[in-house]
Amino acid sequence: MTEEIIIAGFGGQGVLSMGKILAYSGIMQNQEVSWMPSYGPEMRGGTANVTVIVSDDRISSPVLNFYDTAIILNQQSMDKFEKTVKPGGLLLYDPNGIIHHPQRKDIKIFKIEAAKLSAEMGNTKIFNMVVLGAYLKLKPIVKLENVIRGLKKSIPERYHKLIPMNESALTKGMENPVEVFLN
Amino acid sequence: MGELKLMKGNEAIAEAAIRAGVDAYFGYPITPQSEVIEYLMAEQPEERTGMVVLQAESELAAINMVYGAAAAGKKVFTSSSSPGISLYQEGISYIAGAELPCVIANVVRGGPGLGTIQPSQADYFQSTKGGGHGDYKLYVLAPASVQEMADFIQLGFDIAYKYRNPVMIQSDGMIGQMMEKVELADQRPRWTDEEIKQMHDSWAAFGKGDHRERNIITSLDLDSAKQEKHNHHLQAKYRRMEEEEVLFEEINCEDAEYLIVAYGSSARISMKSIDLARAKGIKAGLFRPITLYPFPMKQLNAYVGKVKGILSVEMSAGQLIEDIKLAVECNVPVKHFGRYGGMIHSPEEVLTALENLIKGE
Amino acid sequence: MMDIKDIVKEENLVYTKTKLMTDNILSYCPGCGHGTAHRIVMEVIDELGLQSQTVGIAPVGCSVLAYDFMNIDMIQAAHGRAPAVATGVKRTMPDKYVFTYQGDGDLAAIGTAETIHVCNRGENITMIFINNGIYGMTGGQMAPTTLEGMKTSTSPYGRDLKSMGNPLKITELIAQLPGTYYVTRQAVHTPAAVRKTKKAVFKAFEVQKEKKGISFIEIVSNCNSGWKMSPVKSNEWMVEHMFPFYPMGDIKVDGELVKSNKAEVKS
Repeated sequence: MTEEIIIAGFGGQGVLSMGKILAYSGIMQNQEVSWMPSYGPEMRGGTANVTVIVSDDRISSPVLNFYDTAIILNQQSMDKFEKTVKPGGLLLYDPNGIIHHPQRKDIKIFKIEAAKLSAEMGNTKIFNMVVLGAYLKLKPIVKLENVIRGLKKSIPERYHKLIPMNESALTKGMENPVEVFLN
Repeated sequence: MGELKLMKGNEAIAEAAIRAGVDAYFGYPITPQSEVIEYLMAEQPEERTGMVVLQAESELAAINMVYGAAAAGKKVFTSSSSPGISLYQEGISYIAGAELPCVIANVVRGGPGLGTIQPSQADYFQSTKGGGHGDYKLYVLAPASVQEMADFIQLGFDIAYKYRNPVMIQSDGMIGQMMEKVELADQRPRWTDEEIKQMHDSWAAFGKGDHRERNIITSLDLDSAKQEKHNHHLQAKYRRMEEEEVLFEEINCEDAEYLIVAYGSSARISMKSIDLARAKGIKAGLFRPITLYPFPMKQLNAYVGKVKGILSVEMSAGQLIEDIKLAVECNVPVKHFGRYGGMIHSPEEVLTALENLIKGE
Repeated sequence: MMDIKDIVKEENLVYTKTKLMTDNILSYCPGCGHGTAHRIVMEVIDELGLQSQTVGIAPVGCSVLAYDFMNIDMIQAAHGRAPAVATGVKRTMPDKYVFTYQGDGDLAAIGTAETIHVCNRGENITMIFINNGIYGMTGGQMAPTTLEGMKTSTSPYGRDLKSMGNPLKITELIAQLPGTYYVTRQAVHTPAAVRKTKKAVFKAFEVQKEKKGISFIEIVSNCNSGWKMSPVKSNEWMVEHMFPFYPMGDIKVDGELVKSNKAEVKS
């Protein structure tokens, strides 16, 4: 199994940390992982993206042009990354703020109302965990228990009291992806 | 099995330095490697092992602090990125001339000049062909993963002390900034003063006892005949490294008709290109030099008569290709492909370049 | 007639060279102050019994070959970088004694940044600074400390302050930094001056022992070759011209600026 993922959105949406938690989860079940952010001037421009690869085998290139999955969280990223999903691949996005919805018919497209759901839960900071939950529902590449273990590893101990809230956000995400069918 | 962590290359090399029992780190911040000193400062290695970490006032000062600590027989590590490494060159030449062991990491960024802060491999010549003045060589290791960033610290010190020679770890912004799984070695104790005395009493400057002559750390000899003799001694050391310390990796090379030669980040990207090529029925293999100096000359030369062409893939404008051509002695067609100035090539671009090579373009 | 062997008999000796100076023939020009300065530093280390605990650092300049004469572990450093090298040595061996021995071009021109920062960090080292107002090793070029109007090979018509800048009182400058504990200016041209300098070097190593920070001794010296004078004449010229601009005496003692110097620094 090798899963090549791009996660892209605004800085502050938790894009990089979602990637980090996913990568740590892979380590918890003894897989190979890589996490490659776009950094530098782009980091200050507002958009953030990270390539995460989880694999049973040694990982080759940590930078890619094409992905098994694109997780897209703003319009600029939709414009940039919709075309990079491999045929038969997955595009998961939050429709909040999206004007031009994805059009491709050779891939699977799912929506997750993560901004709305996290607001309803009273904590927009768990937005990225809702997205991650939806992704893991669609592609269960790592077990939920290993995500929790990964969370514990990737956040400082003083925040561990927030883990139950993150867990319920993951569950909320798992319950709510909606498939988009294009005619 | 050691502790498993998800770390950036820059963090892994810093943690590995603490665990290798390094006595001191001296450095000056520069992107994309400031995480090295930031990590060390945050970890407070003075508390953990007694390791000294000091932010110098400049790269000039940093490399000379390295010179001083190494002269005292202490295990010392530093890191910088391309423009900073240019400033190190004077000190590196002195360190090589005075035969001091130390490990220097260069997290290469695009140049020339201030260049960019994005990954590059354009310091290949600087690392392998001198850099500073005079006839000297660094032992140059090129990590292609976060794991190797960590592992090459201990390997680097082993070589540095075996040959009393500076070791360069030539990484780049990609390996430095990306996170991967890394298995960390257990903590090694730092050498005690007594151990240093036992191992390095013949040369290090830590105070002259009555039992020996004074030790002098210098690269100067105004008598040219003696300086030439010293140069012969250095060259003999380098020849020994060329015989005994070459490291390389071969991936899918057994039946390969075409070879990609690439190191570090470019090798990682090319691994994917090899897979893409194989999926298209092209018998391609990847030859990865792990030591850039000594370059695996003989090992690559063994492919003469076996492969139809070689593609040098590098984030530089034709530096690695010179050593490849020397290795195969013009008996195999060699082409260059690379992006420069901080641009990273994609696996597909490399594949296209390989297909062009095959077509004879 | 007395034989030489009789003269060097133990009971006849009034002076013996410290065993911390080697028997190598000094490479300095006859009449130069370096030899005396070397001897003073080595005598102090010898008398304090610190040979086995001391590392000396001499960078590029006339004294680059100091390791040929000083019988202790020595490190030769790149031009201007001795303070950085000393930092590397001292930080990793905080209980050892470390000193730099630098000239004016080295300490006050190419190595200014290292000088300022080593003093600002207050590293526990001793700095011996030989100021002869000229680049001796390379053949008498202008130094940062060259006096106004002084002729050198790169100021053949005399130092012009407008185009060549002012002579730099680096010693007064570093005395302002909190990391310096003992700063003094001395000379080695007369027996009295030698005694005073030796006392200062003793004090400097004492300061280092107590880990109080930088002890810094400027020794104003002659360069008879560079100045193109006889040794005697050069010493007279030094007293007449160098001393008024670089006045003798303590500048900072026990971490406090000496009063007379406070005024001078401000003016």
